[in-house]
Amino acid sequence: MLRLEGVTKRFGELVAVNDLSLNVAAGSISAIIGPNGAGKSTVFNMVSGIYRPSAGEILFEDARIDGWPAHRIAAAGIARTFQNIRLFSFMAAIDNVLAGEDAHLHARLWDSLLHTPLQRREEKAARERARELLRFVGLEGVAETYARNLPYGSQRRLEIARALASRPKLLLLDEPAAGMNPREKGELADLVAAIRERGITVLLIEHDMGLVMRVSDEITVLDYGEKIAHGTPAEIRNDPRVIAAYLGTAVA
Amino acid sequence: MIYAYFLVAIAVVVVAQRLPDLRAKRGLFLLLGVALLCAPLFDRNDSTFNVLADAGIFVLLALGLNIVVGFAGLLDLGYAAFFAIGAYTYAMMASPQFNLHLPFWLLLFLAAAFAAVFGIILGAPTLRLRGDYLAIVTLGFGEIVPQIFQNLTKYTGGPNGIGALDFPSLFGRSFGQNTIPYYYVVLALIALALFFAYNLRDSRLGRAWMAIREDELAARHMGINTTAVKLAAFALGASFSGLAGVVFAAKLSLVSPDLFQFQVSVLIVSMLVLGGMGNIPGVIVGALVLVLVNNVVLPQANTIAAGAGLHVDFGNYHFFIYGAILVGIMLFRPEGLLPSRQRKEELHHAAA
Amino acid sequence: MHEFLAQLFNGIALGGIYALIALGYTMVYGIIGLINFAHGDVYTLGSFFALTILTALGVSGELHGVALVVDVAIALIGAALLCGIVGVLIERLAYRRLRNAPRLAPLITAIGISFILENVMQIWKGPAPVPFPAVVPNPSVMIAGVAVGAQQFLLVGLAVVMMVALQLFIHNTRLGRAMRATAEDRDAAQLMGININKTIMLTFLIGSALAGVAGFVSGVYYQSTWFFNGFGAGLKAFTAAVLGGIGNIAGAMLGGFLIGIIESFATWKFGGQWSNVTVFAILILVLVFRPSGLLGEAVYERA
Ligand SMILES: Nc1ncnc2c1ncn2[C@@H]1O[C@H](COP(=O)(O)OP(=O)(O)OP(=O)(O)O)[C@@H](O)[C@H]1O
Ligand SMILES: [Mg+2]
Repeated sequence: MLRLEGVTKRFGELVAVNDLSLNVAAGSISAIIGPNGAGKSTVFNMVSGIYRPSAGEILFEDARIDGWPAHRIAAAGIARTFQNIRLFSFMAAIDNVLAGEDAHLHARLWDSLLHTPLQRREEKAARERARELLRFVGLEGVAETYARNLPYGSQRRLEIARALASRPKLLLLDEPAAGMNPREKGELADLVAAIRERGITVLLIEHDMGLVMRVSDEITVLDYGEKIAHGTPAEIRNDPRVIAAYLGTAVA
Repeated sequence: MIYAYFLVAIAVVVVAQRLPDLRAKRGLFLLLGVALLCAPLFDRNDSTFNVLADAGIFVLLALGLNIVVGFAGLLDLGYAAFFAIGAYTYAMMASPQFNLHLPFWLLLFLAAAFAAVFGIILGAPTLRLRGDYLAIVTLGFGEIVPQIFQNLTKYTGGPNGIGALDFPSLFGRSFGQNTIPYYYVVLALIALALFFAYNLRDSRLGRAWMAIREDELAARHMGINTTAVKLAAFALGASFSGLAGVVFAAKLSLVSPDLFQFQVSVLIVSMLVLGGMGNIPGVIVGALVLVLVNNVVLPQANTIAAGAGLHVDFGNYHFFIYGAILVGIMLFRPEGLLPSRQRKEELHHAAA
Repeated sequence: MHEFLAQLFNGIALGGIYALIALGYTMVYGIIGLINFAHGDVYTLGSFFALTILTALGVSGELHGVALVVDVAIALIGAALLCGIVGVLIERLAYRRLRNAPRLAPLITAIGISFILENVMQIWKGPAPVPFPAVVPNPSVMIAGVAVGAQQFLLVGLAVVMMVALQLFIHNTRLGRAMRATAEDRDAAQLMGININKTIMLTFLIGSALAGVAGFVSGVYYQSTWFFNGFGAGLKAFTAAVLGGIGNIAGAMLGGFLIGIIESFATWKFGGQWSNVTVFAILILVLVFRPSGLLGEAVYERA
């Protein structure tokens, strides 16, 4: 579904990602792991259209998407969350989710200006879907709360709901468990599994090995921008290079 | 007497803002509208309605700029350019200048459309710019547009502008020198602008504006076409200004480039800052307060001072007042006098 | 050819003034990321201060010998000092509170300060242009058949000397290094024990003093000043700073001379009424197509 071929990203002298090839199968849950600064977020930023790769190709459902504007990539079916949460802080939770639905709404300028029947009908349906999504991530009680005023774990889940609102085929999660307590991490693992149940492919970056090993079908390991290993959780756990890269870090 | 109008209008808007119930709110606005509609039946003082019509023009401008600055968060420092485009549209097409005498009502539409097109043309280069650079680019356009009107003497009358503009007419009856018809036109346009502004705010587009204002990059990743959404803000904001320009030109029967300088853009920004950017009742109040000060309080202060044997011209203190408002509000009450809940929290947290 | 050279020399002199003002914009932007909109008005204020000092000294015409050196020095240093103080006061009273506010808040405040300063100057010296004594004699030399006045040399020389001095200061003194560190990363600088407030004050002091110098020399050069001069000159100097690469001292200098020359040629070729349009068009083009300017480096947007 998503294929990277020889993708490289340079920032001046620094090679953040080097000649990376990657294949994410439809319906899978895949993970990218690696030490800090390995280039994981940079991969997401290229796939979602913030950066254009310095070299290589990114294909999504056989279309070359590198170089597309971000909103077009989103509309094509790739949604993401951010490592440092980027919610619309002073919008209600439900409005955050509604903003995620934007690409699928049909109201034109005219409809917004005049509140035509189409606009009203659509708005009502969109609101209903947004509520359903909030329920799905467990935030039904706080629809009218400003995103900024939600606890940290809820903000992460709201970001996922917002991403789901754009009806992605592929969901990119950048360290979704960061800052969560063990109970929240457990719930997150269930949520990721439930997202896959909805037919959405998931690619996640995560430092929490317990979580990664539990949910992923496949894992890619990056170190200094290079892919040093790829395989099932069991294979990765026992890969000497991975252990070396993570020296001092417990690989659970 | 004129004070009564302003104070009542301001009071009603302030109270309406506080009312939690939407229907009560609308009722109050409606009541104010009806009162303003009937006012000329009881009050025969033409100069009152002259001032009120001018105030209304600025309310329109403030509502329009509020779409760009308040809703979408794009600080436009050259908004007077669109006001100029509206005014010159009327001046060139309804005057002896080219011997074109198109009807006022048609030109309202045309000017709104023109201004919108220019909003897109001048907005397009700013799309990828950061907030402060965007502000400076719009300022640049705001300087260029009146300068071009001034330089193209052949078409625009140069520094002297164009005079002897046609009086609008309705059902064959000319407005002539009366102020009351303009007053009614302005009221109608404000009603229309309010209808549009509220609709926009509570729509897909309004939500997208809010999102790009909060975090443009995230908005783009959620599939919001930030280009289209920003251009829509520029176009809609400009069209309000174009409408205001037509009425302004027709009422004055004259346009000249010096009427649309940077100071006018800053004056309108000051109205938003004073009242509370993004909040419709807030910006109305901001506009009313500043027009009251400029057109009523300062001239009266002159008369009073002259009566006391002092020869100060308080008209010379306009800039000082706008400046003091901008500085004072930004420092001590950045959300403005009548903010929305959102703005208030936003600035409250930013300061913390 | 003759006219071309004459316009070129004109433009360079004009550019010297823009360069001096641009230094202030670029320093302040470099350190706190603020377009100090009031900076152009501080420049005008400089010419008014100089004028007031000269008047107080009883100077009303050309000076010679010792009087020339002493009186000019007093007026120049006085204007620079007073402007420096005004700049520091503005920072303290209007900008400091907003250092962590949303980006546009201090810009709006700066516009407010600009309006206040303009109004104060208008009331102080009147709404019309004010004559400025031609204190510095202006014998001219012929260069390639074009008469170049001593003032033009003085102007350009002064601008270049100031820039070199500023570069040396920034690169070779402890305070200068503190300024650079603060511009680079304010939090890190603070952790390293740099007094941020003092450093920012120093930046405003120097930038505003340079504007004061520019105010004095422009008064001498044009033999007139006006409360509203700073608006246009400030925008052009800001354009110069952006063109050179904002935050970059040498860039401000380069941009200043370029804008001066461009304006001079635009006036010559299209007429004075198009010179502003030309400069603003350049401002817009640079911001849109190369916001990092000629000497600045591109910065990646971080996600
Ligand atoms: N916009 C940028 N400009 C310059 N360098 C960048 C930029 N973005 C990332 N980098 C650099 O690229 C490298 C990879 O960064 P990236 O954020 O992809 O790492 P990461 O694997 O996500 O690390 P972490 O686990 O800490 O999130 C780092 O050295 C980082 O400093
Ligand atoms: Mg990362």
